[in-house]
This record gives sequence, C-alpha cells and structure tokens, in this order.
Amino acid sequence: MRTEDFEFLAKTLKERSGLMLTPDKVYLLESRLTPLARKSGLDTLEALVQKLRVHGDQGLIRDVTEAMTTNESFFFRDNTPFDLFKGKVLPAMEKARGTRKRLRIWCAAASTGQEPYSLAILLRESWFKWRDWNIEIIGTDISTQVLEKAKAGTYSQFEVQRGLPIQLLIKYFAQEGDVWRLNDDIRKMVTFRSFNLLDNFFSLGTFDVIYCRNVLIYFDQATKTLVLERMAKCLAKDGTLFLGAAETVLGITDVFRPVRGQRGMYVGSDGDAEKIMGLNQ
Amino acid sequence: MKLCLVVDDSKVIRKVARRILEELSFEIEEAVDGQDALEACERNMPDVVLLDWNMPVMDGLEFLKSVRARADFTQPVVVFCTTENDMAHIRTAIEAGADEYIMKPFDREIIEAKFVQVGLI
Ligand SMILES: C[S@@+](CC[C@H](N)C(=O)[O-])C[C@H]1O[C@@H](n2cnc3c(N)ncnc32)[C@H](O)[C@@H]1O
Repeated sequence: MRTEDFEFLAKTLKERSGLMLTPDKVYLLESRLTPLARKSGLDTLEALVQKLRVHGDQGLIRDVTEAMTTNESFFFRDNTPFDLFKGKVLPAMEKARGTRKRLRIWCAAASTGQEPYSLAILLRESWFKWRDWNIEIIGTDISTQVLEKAKAGTYSQFEVQRGLPIQLLIKYFAQEGDVWRLNDDIRKMVTFRSFNLLDNFFSLGTFDVIYCRNVLIYFDQATKTLVLERMAKCLAKDGTLFLGAAETVLGITDVFRPVRGQRGMYVGSDGDAEKIMGLNQ
Repeated sequence: MKLCLVVDDSKVIRKVARRILEELSFEIEEAVDGQDALEACERNMPDVVLLDWNMPVMDGLEFLKSVRARADFTQPVVVFCTTENDMAHIRTAIEAGADEYIMKPFDREIIEAKFVQVGLI
C-alpha cells in the first residue's frame, strides 16, 4: 500500500471513529478493505482510496469505518465486572434508587450484544426485586452491522459456549436450527441504537452504570481523555464505570478514580459510590 | 495439579483434549468408555471428568448416573463434551448431575471458559 494511501485512511479512520492505526497495521487495512473494495465493484485498494478521496462518498466511508472495527465480544467477558455488578452495584442501587425505582445502564460499545444481555440476565436472575422497577439497558455502537446482530439476539453454538454457563443457556435461550435465540423477555430489556463515542453525549441522559469496555484501547490518549470526561458528565454522582481489562483512567484523566481492590471498576472522583457500595476508599 | 479424566472413544479427541488441558496445567488420565472410566475412578478419583456421550460398552450418561449414585465416591466435577447439541440432551445431562456441557466441536477457549465457570481454573 502506498504511504499516502495509508496516511489518508489512518486520518479518515481517526476522525470518524477514533481508531488509531500505526503503520504496522497495514496488513489489517489490506485484509479488511480489499474484500470491501471488491464488493463495491473496485479492483484494488488504491481504487477504493481514490474513490474516498475524490468523491468523499459518505456511505463508503461508513463501510470502511465499520470494516475496521474489532467486534469480538462474549457473554460475561472477564467475569469480574459482572460479579461486581451483581454483588456490589445492584445491592447499592437497590437502596439508593429504592424510592424512584429507576435504573439506567449504558453499554457504550455494545458490539453484538453479549455485554448488555449478560447484565439483563443477571437482573432477571433476581427479578422478584426488580419487576416493578423501570430499568433501561441501552447498548450503543458505531457499527450498524453489529447492532443488527445484537437486536436479533441470535448466537452461534460457538458464541453461546464462550462465557455463558449452561444453566443460563437452558433458561434463557431457545434452539433454532444452528443458532440459539435469546428469549424475548431478555431481548426486550435491552434497547440498541447506533452512537459514535466521538459525538456529544447530550442526547443520552444520565446513567447509573456505564460499561465502556474494550473500545478505548483503540483510541489515542487525547481521544480517551475526551470520551472519559464526557462520560463523567453523564454518570450519576454515585454511579459506576466499568472499563476493559487492558484499560484504565490512570494517566488519562482524574475525573474518575479506580476502586481499590476491584478490577476494572471506577467511580467519579467527587462521587460517593464507594460509600454506598460499602467498599474501602 | 488437578487430575482430569478424559473419557472418549476417539483417540484423536482424547489427544486434542489432553493437549489443551495439559497446557491449562491439568494432569491427564484417559478412558475409552464409561466402564473404563468407572474403573479409573475407583483406582484414582479425578477432580474433573471430561465426558463424551456416545461410546460403546457404557455411554457417558450411564457413567454419570453410576458415579452420582455412589455414596462412597468423592464426587468429581463432570463436564459433558459431546456432539449431542440439542436442548433435550443438555437438559437430560444436567438433570443427571452434569456440572457443565460442551457441544463439539470445541477448542481451547471453550474448554478454558467452561473450566473457569465450574471453578477449576
Ligand atoms: C471489542 S468490541 C467490545 C464489545 C464489548 N464491550 C466487550 O467488551 O466485549 C469494540 C466495539 O467498539 C465499537 N466502536 C469502535 N469505535 C467506536 C466509536 N467511535 N463509537 C462507538 N463504538 C465504537 C466497535 O464497533 C466494536 O463493536
């Protein structure tokens, strides 16, 4: 690939989605965009770049952006963030929101839906406590393709075996030929919409819990800071943020601080989340 | 080191499972059918059994029921690992006392995820 083509694509992707591409990722561009070029009736990657440059084709730019996202996800990924949700966050929220009985949860890079659905399943497991609550779980992602799959709630045999205990498969899924479909009860608990983390967050409202996992790793430092600082503004004062195992706020922003001894869990620096969760400060 | 008994009538599957589980720091014993596996349990009770369903002599379900019926056994964790991939079989296995269930084909990630779930890793 020509250097100027690489640079053009890297710049476009960074502007569109925050994705940082270093020159050692040329192979990734080639392997993901060559099929897209062919699908768009173009012979080469060069022709694709040419088309983007000259026509600024918005649809094509979106397809290129989506093709470059990494969408891997699985149910109860890394376990801890879900154990903490069940063991710490929910009991605290049950008390703190006991009067209004309203809970808003945001999965900010929801991909194919396993993360928000895992949370919905956990709520369902203690439904007697929540049945008269107004609970919103919102899953957003920049990629419309993954959101389609998320909404459908159908997963392959391989996908339902990564992280999902068999008891929960029996309880919440139905088998349809080769695929496993999540029951409507669970599917209805989650709303999916397309949202770019680089856009402003005003339309989203305030959340009690935010999961923003395994997406900041693809961004540069400045973008991470920007996203986290906006997130702080739409998280309740006693709210909780979960990041991925390879992500942190340290050295990036001081609007959040890690909760000591609880991996991947963060709270607002001026908030009182730890107190209501009975965690050591 | 935890001991895993791999029960499968296919030599190839036993070999693949052994390789994956050894990488996950398990000690491995092998059995070729349910009867063979019961005898292995009597000699040396494993921490976990990775269990195929369809096998000659004694199948996986029969083996599981026999093990769960034995008051003198220190009960092992039992993880089914079979091509039977329909809900009816899964329910039957869990009702008979299986702790987890893997639908073939499997890979390292699936085995690891399931073993984490039952608390072995
Ligand atoms: C690896 S997945 C993470 C899925 C899930 N959170 C998890 O941890 O399993 C990353 C997701 O982030 C999405 N993404 C990347 N850039 C984004 C952006 N600027 N705005 C919103 N989503 C973005 C990708 O489309 C992809 O689905």
